[in-house]
Amino acid sequence: MNIRRFLKTEINGPVDNSRRSFLKITAGSTAGLMLGVSFTASSASAQSAATDAAMEMNAFVSISPDNVVKVLIKHLEMGQGVYTGLATCVAEELDAEWGQVVCEHAPADTAKYANLLMGQQGTGGSTAMANSFMQMRRAGAAARAMLVSAAAAQWQVPAGEITVREGVVSHGNRSATFGELAVAAAQQPAPDVTSLTLKTPDAFRLIGRDNTLRKDVGKHNGTAIYTQDVQLPGMLTAVVAHSPRFGGKVKSFDASAALARKGVQHVFEIDTGVAVLATDYWTATKGRELLTIEWDDSAAETRSSSDILLQYRELVDTVGVVAESHGNADATLSRASDVEELVFEYPYLAHAQMEPMNCVAQVNGDAAEMWYGCQSATGDQAAIARLLGTGTENVKINTVFAGGGFGRRANPASDYVLEAVRIARQLQGTPVKLVWSREDDMQAGYYRPAYVHKLAASLDSNGKPAAIQIRIAGQSIMAGTSMAAMMISNGIDNTSVEGLTEFSYEVPERQVELHSPVNGIPVQWWRSVGHTHTAFSKEVFIDALARKAGADPVEYRLELLKNNPRETAVLKLAAEKAGWGTKVLPAGWGRGVAVHTSFGSTVAEIVDVSVQGNTFKVERVVAAIDCGIAVNPNIVRAQVESAIAYGLSAALADEVTLTDGNVDQTNFHTYRVLRMNAMPEVETHIVPSTNAPSGVGEPGTPPIAPAVANALAAITGRAFTRLPLKLA
Amino acid sequence: MAYLLTINGQSHEVDVEGDMPLLWVVRDHLNLTGTKFGCGLAQCGACTVHVDGVATRTCVLSVADSVGKNITTIEGLQSQQAMAVQQAWVELQVPQCGYCQSGQVMSATALLEQNSNPTDADIDAAMSGNICRCGTYPRIKAGIKMAAVQFENAAGAA
Repeated sequence: MNIRRFLKTEINGPVDNSRRSFLKITAGSTAGLMLGVSFTASSASAQSAATDAAMEMNAFVSISPDNVVKVLIKHLEMGQGVYTGLATCVAEELDAEWGQVVCEHAPADTAKYANLLMGQQGTGGSTAMANSFMQMRRAGAAARAMLVSAAAAQWQVPAGEITVREGVVSHGNRSATFGELAVAAAQQPAPDVTSLTLKTPDAFRLIGRDNTLRKDVGKHNGTAIYTQDVQLPGMLTAVVAHSPRFGGKVKSFDASAALARKGVQHVFEIDTGVAVLATDYWTATKGRELLTIEWDDSAAETRSSSDILLQYRELVDTVGVVAESHGNADATLSRASDVEELVFEYPYLAHAQMEPMNCVAQVNGDAAEMWYGCQSATGDQAAIARLLGTGTENVKINTVFAGGGFGRRANPASDYVLEAVRIARQLQGTPVKLVWSREDDMQAGYYRPAYVHKLAASLDSNGKPAAIQIRIAGQSIMAGTSMAAMMISNGIDNTSVEGLTEFSYEVPERQVELHSPVNGIPVQWWRSVGHTHTAFSKEVFIDALARKAGADPVEYRLELLKNNPRETAVLKLAAEKAGWGTKVLPAGWGRGVAVHTSFGSTVAEIVDVSVQGNTFKVERVVAAIDCGIAVNPNIVRAQVESAIAYGLSAALADEVTLTDGNVDQTNFHTYRVLRMNAMPEVETHIVPSTNAPSGVGEPGTPPIAPAVANALAAITGRAFTRLPLKLA
Repeated sequence: MAYLLTINGQSHEVDVEGDMPLLWVVRDHLNLTGTKFGCGLAQCGACTVHVDGVATRTCVLSVADSVGKNITTIEGLQSQQAMAVQQAWVELQVPQCGYCQSGQVMSATALLEQNSNPTDADIDAAMSGNICRCGTYPRIKAGIKMAAVQFENAAGAA
């Protein structure tokens, strides 16, 4: 998603107009939502006089008499640190003592918990901090104002004379903890958020520090609860036999052997296959093995991935829909005597998050209650309500930790969520835990689409690119989803071209064209979405042009980034820290560079690669990131490390292939993800900034694969244009 | 059929089919959910427990073959090495999504119980059977080294 234009600097003061206009086009936005502060406490809770219950200050903050500040987190914690990050923003303006803060996932409630950059409740596009930074700070400041009002009333002193520091409200020699004031504070009127004064960055006490949640969430000792761990009385575990081919349907099935297996309780057909239910997962899978199913493949996708890629290679030789055009690149290229041309090829990719897809559902008539790592609350809630013919108010979603997501859990069709509901509604009142095996997870989609790109450029007399033509062929991620209207305009799905449009290097004439062929393979965003492929083409191609011009890859980039101070600064920082041009490499090693901007942040990566025969190892990565204010620098570094590992896995080995419509990979022995022995050292440098925070979860992924490819090119002298990378 | 298992120092009798992997016995029948399911093929290490002190993948170890063994899951970790590993995990903020981390902690603890001062190569060899899709590998490695130092200091002080 291209959110850059919505991420204007906003540290304190009113919301800027660009964000307002973005929200105008999204359904359900209200004045309160625009300001991100429709967080009025529910009156029942505010007026409750119970002394042990948490007092709700607003939709995000409650304080209990035992002095615990609970922050409701509207985003899914799936490893990117939203618990710590968002709580930090609240605690900063609340002037809480950091150790008194605990976090909990917010329920599905779009009116209160929408992502302000999406207009719906959901986590993705590296927007969690970007959209929450001001909202969470205002929530903290509002709660602080209510505590101050309560103290002022109690002590009969002017509110302006009261100070708050590290969880203590004081006036003269009187003081009270938040807990002592909680009941009275909750009865204060919610302040007008436009009247709240927020801190300037120089006054930050928690933002910018490596805070860690004091009350550990139990990820080091096995007590953290994921969907897989949800246990409910009377719960059954379900597995589903899916069609081996996408689009295949059940023609007939024989369940007698499965039902004869001890412990198998139910077998029935649902839209997506045949469900088998038992009291435990193992028994359910043994029952599934005993099914005999005849599939109807009349509407199934039966092509191989090699056929699909061949079609794409043919498509990039033809004119596509124009996504962006400056000057007349076509004409300039046709006049040029020497054109550099490269064709790039990208496979389908599985997310392969550690926790295979799963979801717990319980349906009672037209009401549903769900327990899972919900990434797309608004979309899932609406889809469940539609399926059950009910209103969203009858769909309760309890969000638990997710064992990785990387995009997969925010499925535009709510695929795995609806599968769980379809099963649960057959067994009214019984909680059902749908569990996909690793094989189900790898073979049932959804995938990062396969793509082919063709890039062609001519150089001017100074060796700089004069014109560039880019053609992209690959499935649209957004087509057919509820977001199509917002994300596809004039036939261009922005997620297919982002990163190659708005080309960061200065090239006078440019044209980007797109082919969006349709096929039966289900596709979806994957950590950094379009940038997973566009950054690779851009950075490998620029390197090839630098070689053609006889220029140093960093110097060549800096020359073409003269009007791009941000990428220039980040690239220079990475180059300096990596010892580009100064630190000598051992024989047989190569060094490569890439820089890319995505999700509002810029990342440069420089890698050292060693080669032995036909194999190579990435030894070291030096990264620099400009992500605005680093709310928690340690989490920023952790996310850059993570994004590099995830992208490197795809650079080295990840690939989903199909033979006659059947997915070839089944588990981690055939989908060979990165392991510790292939992980390089990673060193991350953060550009100091007072700009508003931008994305951190994804922007580290796009540069790694091209940086590795460029290091291999430095050794071999040739461009590497296919992922995963192979030396021979 | 009934099987008698010794898990975290306690006896448990479970009535399941003999081919059921230990993973599903502890998760679905004994409600010890710290041990995770990731692949079912001994490829990812999320289900690692200690069987007679050895890091073992429970997704491919049948309940029948678990009888008579001393089984420790993440819930039953008690050794000084385990405490040092878990402390280092918190200190260095190793977990991200956290789903694989029970298995990582079990493998790291087993390594340190056998080798109090592992080299990078020792760590790679012991830990490369445990996949982390969040890519916390550098912090896992640093965590093991930190735990080794802490354990050594604790042992020296004792």
